[in-house]
Amino acid sequence: MPYLGSEEVVKELRRALSNPNVQADRLRYKNYITKVIRYMTQGLDVSALFMDMVKASATVDIVQKKLVYLYMCTYASDKPDLALLAINTLRKDCADPNPMVRGLALRNMCNFRMPGMTEYIEQPIVAGLRDKASYVRRVAVLGCAKMHSLQPNTEIDGTIVNELYALLRDPDPVVVVNCLRALEEILKDEGGVVINKPIAHHLLNRMKDLDSWAQSEVLTFLLRYRPRSDDELFDILSLLDAFLLSSHAHVAVATLRLFLHLASAHPTVQADALLRTSAPLLATCGAASRELRFAGLCHVQQVMRSQPGLFGTHYKRFFCGYSEPSYIKFRKMEILVELVNDENVALVLEELRSYCTDVSPELAQAAIAAIGRIARTYSEKCLDILTGLLGLKQDHITSAVIQTFRDLVWFCPQSTAAVCQTVGACVDSPQDSEGKQALLWLLGEHGDQISSAPYVMEGYIDGLKTELSSAVKMELLTAAVKMFLCRPAETQDMLGRLLHYCIEEESDVCVRDRALLYYRLLQRGVEETRKVVTGPKSDPSMSVLTGRQEEPISEWDSTFNTLGPLAGCDLCPQTAATSAADQPSCRAENELLPGKVDTDVTLSSPDDAEEEISLSLGPPLSHETFEKMWLDLETLHRQTLGFPRPRAAPDTLQAALQLVKIQTLAFTPGDTVPWKAYIYTRSTETLILAELLQGDQQAPGSDESLVVSVKQQPVNQHAIRGFVSVLKSVLQTLNPIKSKN
Amino acid sequence: MISQIFILSSKGDHLIYKDCILTTGLLVALFCLCLYLLILLQSHKGLHFIHVRQGGLYWVASTKTNPSPFTIIEFLNRLAALTKDYCGSLSEKSVRMNFALIYELLDEMVDFGYIQTTSTDILKNFIQTEAVSSKPFSLFDLSNVGLFGAETQQSKVAPSVAASRPIMSSRGEQNEIFVDVIERLSVVIGSKGVLMKADIQGEIRIKCFLPTCSEMRIGLNEELSIGKSQLKGYSSAVRVDECRFHQAVKLDEFDTFRILKVCPSQGEQTVMQYQLCDELPCAPPFQLFPSVEKDYVNRVLIFLKLRCDLPPKSTALNVSITVPVPKGSTSMSQELSSPDQTAELQPKNKALLWEIPRFPGGAQLSALFKVDVPGLSSASLLEVGPVSMSFELPKQTCTGLQIRFLRLSPTQTGLSQRWVRYVTHSDSYTIRI
Repeated sequence: MPYLGSEEVVKELRRALSNPNVQADRLRYKNYITKVIRYMTQGLDVSALFMDMVKASATVDIVQKKLVYLYMCTYASDKPDLALLAINTLRKDCADPNPMVRGLALRNMCNFRMPGMTEYIEQPIVAGLRDKASYVRRVAVLGCAKMHSLQPNTEIDGTIVNELYALLRDPDPVVVVNCLRALEEILKDEGGVVINKPIAHHLLNRMKDLDSWAQSEVLTFLLRYRPRSDDELFDILSLLDAFLLSSHAHVAVATLRLFLHLASAHPTVQADALLRTSAPLLATCGAASRELRFAGLCHVQQVMRSQPGLFGTHYKRFFCGYSEPSYIKFRKMEILVELVNDENVALVLEELRSYCTDVSPELAQAAIAAIGRIARTYSEKCLDILTGLLGLKQDHITSAVIQTFRDLVWFCPQSTAAVCQTVGACVDSPQDSEGKQALLWLLGEHGDQISSAPYVMEGYIDGLKTELSSAVKMELLTAAVKMFLCRPAETQDMLGRLLHYCIEEESDVCVRDRALLYYRLLQRGVEETRKVVTGPKSDPSMSVLTGRQEEPISEWDSTFNTLGPLAGCDLCPQTAATSAADQPSCRAENELLPGKVDTDVTLSSPDDAEEEISLSLGPPLSHETFEKMWLDLETLHRQTLGFPRPRAAPDTLQAALQLVKIQTLAFTPGDTVPWKAYIYTRSTETLILAELLQGDQQAPGSDESLVVSVKQQPVNQHAIRGFVSVLKSVLQTLNPIKSKN
Repeated sequence: MISQIFILSSKGDHLIYKDCILTTGLLVALFCLCLYLLILLQSHKGLHFIHVRQGGLYWVASTKTNPSPFTIIEFLNRLAALTKDYCGSLSEKSVRMNFALIYELLDEMVDFGYIQTTSTDILKNFIQTEAVSSKPFSLFDLSNVGLFGAETQQSKVAPSVAASRPIMSSRGEQNEIFVDVIERLSVVIGSKGVLMKADIQGEIRIKCFLPTCSEMRIGLNEELSIGKSQLKGYSSAVRVDECRFHQAVKLDEFDTFRILKVCPSQGEQTVMQYQLCDELPCAPPFQLFPSVEKDYVNRVLIFLKLRCDLPPKSTALNVSITVPVPKGSTSMSQELSSPDQTAELQPKNKALLWEIPRFPGGAQLSALFKVDVPGLSSASLLEVGPVSMSFELPKQTCTGLQIRFLRLSPTQTGLSQRWVRYVTHSDSYTIRI
C-alpha cells in the first residue's frame, strides 16, 4: 500500500496498547483501538497487533468488544494460530446471560475464516439454534450457512438441515427468512431450498409480519413454487394483491414478477397486473434518488417490449429534467421514441428539439438520432426540425444530422427527395470522419438528385492530402465512382485525379487497393462497374424489424427485477465471467521479443490475471526523464488489445486513468492518425512505462485496435500482467459509452 | 446477496469497507472508474457493483448473484439515511469521524450479505457507540424553522431536511418531532407561456427525536380527494392523483376524516408519498417574458422579465436562472435591478447564470444581458434557450396539501415540541424561448 513508514505506526500503536497506564485508562485504551481500526480501513497492514487486540477483547465494554471483533475477523485468516487464542474468550461470551453479547460473539466467531474452525463453532451454533432470544437464533441460523461455506465440499449435515426446516415455523420473521437463506446456501448443489405447498402457504401467511426486505426476498423464493390448481393460484394472487401497490418499489416489483411468473397461462391476469403496477413503476421513474429512477426506467423499457401502449398517456413523465445525469436522459429519450403516437408527436418532437442544443455533444447527438427514429413514421415534421438544426452551424450537430439523414434515407426511401434537397442546400460540411462518411455516402448514392453534389465532392478530392482518416478516403472513392456512373461528364476529371492520387501517392494499403480495384473495374467498362458498384439504395424492410413489435411477456419475465435490464443485456454471473475469454478479438497476441526470450511472457488468457496488483502514482516524471527512459529501455511486452481507442474526451480519459493510478504524460489530440498516448505508473518497486498506439502503418494490427507496448524498470512480469489487465478494463469501460449513441 | 459494502469519498478513498462474504483479490480501483463515468452498474470478473450517490459520497454494494436492483438501491439509500440519522449529517467528515458507529450499524444491518433489519426501533437496542457531531448542536440551527406559520428569522433556509443532528445523542432531552411536507415540482412551459407539462411529487416526512414513541395523528385537509374520479363540486378541493403510505401507517380514519395514524420510530421516515400529474392547482410560480435580439455585429441582447406568481406574502428563495448562450460567447455586461442579484457567464457550460437570493411573491424583476459573441450569425440566436430555473418555495405547497393538526396521543407525558414545515423544490423547471 502507498503508506510509507507503516512499520513505525504499528510499532507505536503496539507500544501504546501494551502500556499498562493506557490499559488502565479505559477511554485512552479504546481510543487506541479505534485508531487501529481506522488504519485498517485505510488499508494499512496492522495484523502485527493481533496479540494486543486479543487481549483487548476481554472487556465488559460492548463497543470495544465490537471493534476488536471487527479487527479479528479481518485478520483471522492471516494469523490462524493467534486467532485460536481468541476463541476461548468468544466461546465464553457465547454463554453470557446477555443475549446481545451471545449473539455478537457467535456472529463473529462464525466470521473467522480459517481452516479447522468448524469444530469450534459447531456446538455453539447448535446451541444458538435453540436459544430463547430471537437475536441469537437469527445469528445461529446464518451461522449454519457460514459453517457450510467454510467447508463447501463436505457432506451436508442432515440434522442441521432438518432443524432449519423446522425453524421456518419460528415466531420471529427474520429467523424465518434467514432459514430460507441458509438452506439456499447449504443446499445449493441440490438446487436450493425446496418450497412445497405447506411451506409456500406458511410463507404467504407470514408475509404481513415481514419487513420489506424480507418480503421481496420471500417473493423471489416463491417463484419456485408451482400451484397445483387454478383455484390455488388465484388464492395466492389475491393474497399478494396488496403488495403490488407497496410503497417500497422493490416489493412492488418483486410482486409483479411473481404475478407474471405464476399467471403465465393467463395473459389477462398478467396484463391486469402490469396495468396496476404501472403507477408504482412510474413513481420510481420520478423518485428522488437518481439511481432508483434509472432502475425504474430500465424496467419500464422492459415492460414496454410487451405492452407498448401501457405508458402512452404518461409520455410527459419521460421528459428530461435539466439537472438529471446523462445516463437517465439517454434512457428517457429511448422511451420517448417508443411512445410517440399521432396525438403526442408534436409535443414530443418539440421536447426533443430542445435537447438538441444541449451543452453535452453526446446528448445533443442522441436527441438528433431520436428525432431520426421518429422520422421513420412522421417524416415531414421531423425533417423540418432537422433542417432547422443545420442552420445552427455547429459541427457536432451538423454531423449528427447528416448521419441521421443517411440512416433515414436507408430505412425510409420516401423521404429521399426532401433529404436531397436539404443536403444540396446545406452549405457547411461536417468536420469529423463519421459525418464526412455519411455525407459522402449520400452524395454517392443520391448524387443524381443533389445538384451541387459534384462541387461538394470536388472540395473533398482537393483536400485529400490533408485528410487523415482512411475510412473517409475509402468512402470518397466509392462515392466518386458511384457519382461517375450517374453524372459522368461532371465527375470524370476529378475521379481521374482521385484515382491517380490514391494509387500513386497514398501510403495506406487498403485505400490504395480499393483505388486499384475501381481502376481495374472501370477498365472493364462502365456497365460492368455499374453491376458491381450499385446496390440497393434503401431497405424499407429493415424498418419493420426495428419497429415496435409486441413480444410475449415470457420473453423477458425471467430477467425482470434482476440486474439484466440495467446492464442492457441478459446478464448471468457465469457467462459474464467467461465472455471476455470467448471473444476471439480479445485474444492476447503476445510476441516474444528478441533478447527477452528467456523471460516468461506468455499469458494463457487475459482473464487469469486474477492476482492482486496495486498501482500507485508516486512522484511525477518529467517529460525529459520519461523520454530518456523510454529510449533506454527495451520493450518487454506488446499486446493488441482488440478494441479501438476510446472516443471519450481527453480529460475524461486522463481522469479515468488517474483513478486507477495511471498517470498520463502526453497524448495526441483528437482524431489525429496515428493516435498515441504515453502513460506511466508505479507498482511494487518498479516503474512501468507504456505507449498506446492506434492507426500506425508500421505497427502490425494497429488499424482497428489499440496496441500497447510496455517498458519497465526493473523487470517484474507479474506487475506487467496486472498493469495490462487494469489498463484494458479501463479502456474497455470507456468504450461502450460511445457505441451506445 | 451482497458481497461487499463500501462507502467511498468523491475522490475514491475508502471510508468504510465491509466484506460480507469471503472474497479476495479485488480491483476496487476499477470501481472508482465506473463512478466517474456515472454508470450505475458495473461488472468485473463476475462481481457486479451497484452504487448510489448521496451526500457527496458513493455508497457501493457488490454482489456475485443477480439480485433485484431495486432492493440493492433502496438498501443503499436506506443505509445513507440511517447514517445521516445516527451521525447527524452526511459528509465525508462525519463519516470519517463516526466510522466505528457505521461499522456497528452495518454489522447489525447485514449479516453474511443478507439484510437483517433497517428499522431504527430495532437497531437502537444494539447501537452503543455515540455519534461524534462535527459541530455542537446550537439553537441557531433551528432559527429557520417556522412554527405553525411564524415568520422565519433568516432568509437562508434549506428546510428540506429536519434538524441535522444525531438522533441518539444523549445531549439534553429533545422531545421534538418534525413533520415536513416536501414537494418537488417539474414543469415545462412552452414558448408562448403555455403550460406543457406539470408534475408534482410530494411526500410527508417525519423526523422524530422522541425516545419512546406514542401514536401520532396527522390530520390532512378534509377536502383532500384522491384520484381523477372523485371530482367535487366546488373548486376548493385539494386533489392528488394517487398516494402511497408507509406500511406502518394506519388508515382506518383516512377515508372519512383524512387522518393518518402512525407510531413514528426514531429517525427520519416517509409516511406518505403522493403525486399529481398534468395539472397545477395554482398558477405556475414563475412566468418568464424573454426577448432575444441581435444588437450590433457581435452582440446578443437578452432581456428577461421574470414574474413571480406566488401569493404576496410568500417568497421564493435561492432562485437561479440558467440561460444557454451561443457557443463562443466571450464576455457579458449586465443590468440587474437590485444589488443582491448576481449574474455570470459560464463559457464552459455555454450558459449565463442569474441568481436571485430572494424573490417576493407578486414581484416582477427584469434583467438585461449583453453577450459578446465573436462571429455571431443569425442562427446563433436559436441557441439561446430553453431557460431552466431552480428555486425553493418555503412555507408553500403547490398542491395545497396542508396539515390541519398534529396530535400525539394523550398518554404522552411531558412537553413535546412539534414542528410542521412546508417546502416546494424545483425538480426541473424549464421555460422554452
